[in-house]
Amino acid sequence: MGLLSAGILEPYQFEFFRNGVVVATLAGALCGVLGVFVVLRGMSYIGHGLSHAVFGGAAASAVVGLNFFAGAGIWGITSGVLIGRIARRRIIGADAAIGVVTTASFAVGLALLNRYGQAQKSIEAVLFGSVLGVRTSDIVAVSVVFLLVLLIVGMWYRTFLFATFDPEVADVTGVAVQRVEAALMVMLSLTILVTMRVIGTLLISAMLVLPASIARMLTKSFARMLWIAPVVGASSAFVGMNLSYFVDTSSSATIILVSAAVFVVAYAVTGFQGRARIDSLHHV
Amino acid sequence: MIREAVIQCVHMSCAYGSSVIVSDVDLEVRRGDFVGIVGPSGSGKTTLLKAMIGAISPVHGSVDVGGDVRLAYVPQVESVDWNFPVTVLEVITMTRTKGKRWPRITPAEREEALDVLSRLGLAGLHDRHIRELSGGQQQRVFIARAMFHRPDVLVLDEPTSGVDVRTRHEVLHLLAELHAQGVTIVLSTHDLNGLAAHLPRIVCMNRTVIADGSPTEVLNPVVLEKTYGAPMEVLQHGGMPVVLDSSGIHFPAASPVP
Repeated sequence: MGLLSAGILEPYQFEFFRNGVVVATLAGALCGVLGVFVVLRGMSYIGHGLSHAVFGGAAASAVVGLNFFAGAGIWGITSGVLIGRIARRRIIGADAAIGVVTTASFAVGLALLNRYGQAQKSIEAVLFGSVLGVRTSDIVAVSVVFLLVLLIVGMWYRTFLFATFDPEVADVTGVAVQRVEAALMVMLSLTILVTMRVIGTLLISAMLVLPASIARMLTKSFARMLWIAPVVGASSAFVGMNLSYFVDTSSSATIILVSAAVFVVAYAVTGFQGRARIDSLHHV
Repeated sequence: MIREAVIQCVHMSCAYGSSVIVSDVDLEVRRGDFVGIVGPSGSGKTTLLKAMIGAISPVHGSVDVGGDVRLAYVPQVESVDWNFPVTVLEVITMTRTKGKRWPRITPAEREEALDVLSRLGLAGLHDRHIRELSGGQQQRVFIARAMFHRPDVLVLDEPTSGVDVRTRHEVLHLLAELHAQGVTIVLSTHDLNGLAAHLPRIVCMNRTVIADGSPTEVLNPVVLEKTYGAPMEVLQHGGMPVVLDSSGIHFPAASPVP
C-alpha cells in the first residue's frame, strides 16, 4: 500500500507537476461550465476558432515582448468582437466569418513565430500545451477567471438561461441579449487565454465540448448540466494529468482521451435516451 | 365608457434594411380587446407584432405602449428548441430575471408557477422536460410562461400554426378564459375559420391595414381579395362567416379502373 501510494504520489515531488495538476483541474472545471453554453448555443466552432485566434495574439506578444495575458487577451477579445460584427452583417455566414478571422490570426501567429520566434519548441508548446511551463501566475490567472465565471453565471443565471434558450423573447422581456452574448465571448476568450498554456490551442475546443456533451447525455436539466459538466471536466483533467506522467504522453492529449473515454462510456450506458439528447446538440 | 388604449400605432412603417415590410399602419388596441391579425404569408403580421412589443423600431411613425402596461410575448412554437435541456418549471420561471441574484427558484415563485400551471390545465407536469409534452401542452407552457410575467397584454404569434384541431380548440378556449379574466389579447393567425372568425375583432393585413372590425364586418369577398390577392367566397354557417377558397380549379374524378 505504501509502495502504491508512493508510486502514485511520485510526480507530486515536482513543483511543475503540482502546479500543472492544479491548473489543469481548474481549467477542466472552467471549460466545463462555459462548455454548457458553447454546446447549447451551437458555438463549438467559435471555441475552436477563438483558440486559434488567441494563438496569433500569443505569438505577437511573444515577439514584441508584451505580457502574454495582455497581448493574447486583447487579440482574442478583438477577434471575438470582429467575428460577431462580420456575422451580423449576414453577407457571409457565422462559420465563414469565424474561418476568415481566426485562420488569418492563426497564420499571422505562425508566420511571426517562424520569422522572429526563438525555437520550434515554443510553437509546439502553444499548440499542444505543456505542463513544464506552468508557473504560479498561471494558477492565479486560472483561479481568478474561474471565480469570475462562477460569479457571473451564478448571479445572472436566469438571464443567461433565458438568453440562451429563447433570445428573441428574452430581448422583448428586457434582457440585454447582446450584452449576454458579449459577456460569453469575453469569458470564452479569457478561459482560452488562461488554459491554453496547459491544454494547448489545438485541443482546447475538445475540453469545451466534451464535458458539456457528456453532461447533456446524463441529464435533461440545464441547472444539473451546469454542475455535471465542470465535475466531469475537472475529474478528466485530474486523472489525465496523473496518467500522462506514468504513460509518458502529452498531458493535454491524455486529458482529452480520458474525457473522450468518459464520453464513450456515457454514450453506451445512457442508451437510446442519451444518444437522442446528444443528437439534438448543434454542430458537436 | 371609452376603454384606455394600451398599444397605439400611428402611421407606422417598419423595414428590414431597404425592404419595407409594414407600411403606414394606424392601429389602436384598447384594454380588454381580443384582436386577431390575419393576412397571407409575408404580409407583415409578425413584423407588426414585433413592433408592438418593441422588438423592432419603426422607421416612420410611432408605436406607443401605455406607461404602466405589461406586455408578454408567446413566440411561434416552431421557433422553440424543444431539445434544450429545460423542465416546464424552469421555462416558466426563467422570465423573472429582474432583481434575481441567485439561480434558485424560491418557494414563493414555485408556488406561483404551479398556480399558473394548474390554471392552464398543466398541473403535475412541472418536472417534465418540454419535449415530453403533447402539442397542446407545449403551446400552453409558453402561454403559462407569458402569464407568469403577469401581463396586461398577451401577444401571440400564430398560436395555432402546425397544431391539430383538438389542440387548436384547447388553445382557443384557454385564450377566451384569459380574456374573460381581463387580459388583453393580440394574436396573428393564418387560420380564418378555425380561429379568426371566433374573435370579436379582426385586422386584415397586407403590408398595411386593409380592414379592421368584427368578423361579420371584415370577412367579405372584397376585403379578402384585397388582403389575400385571390378570390374567396364567404358563406354563413350557424350565424358565423365561413371563408371558402374559390380557386376555380376542379380536377376530374378518376375514372374507375376497368
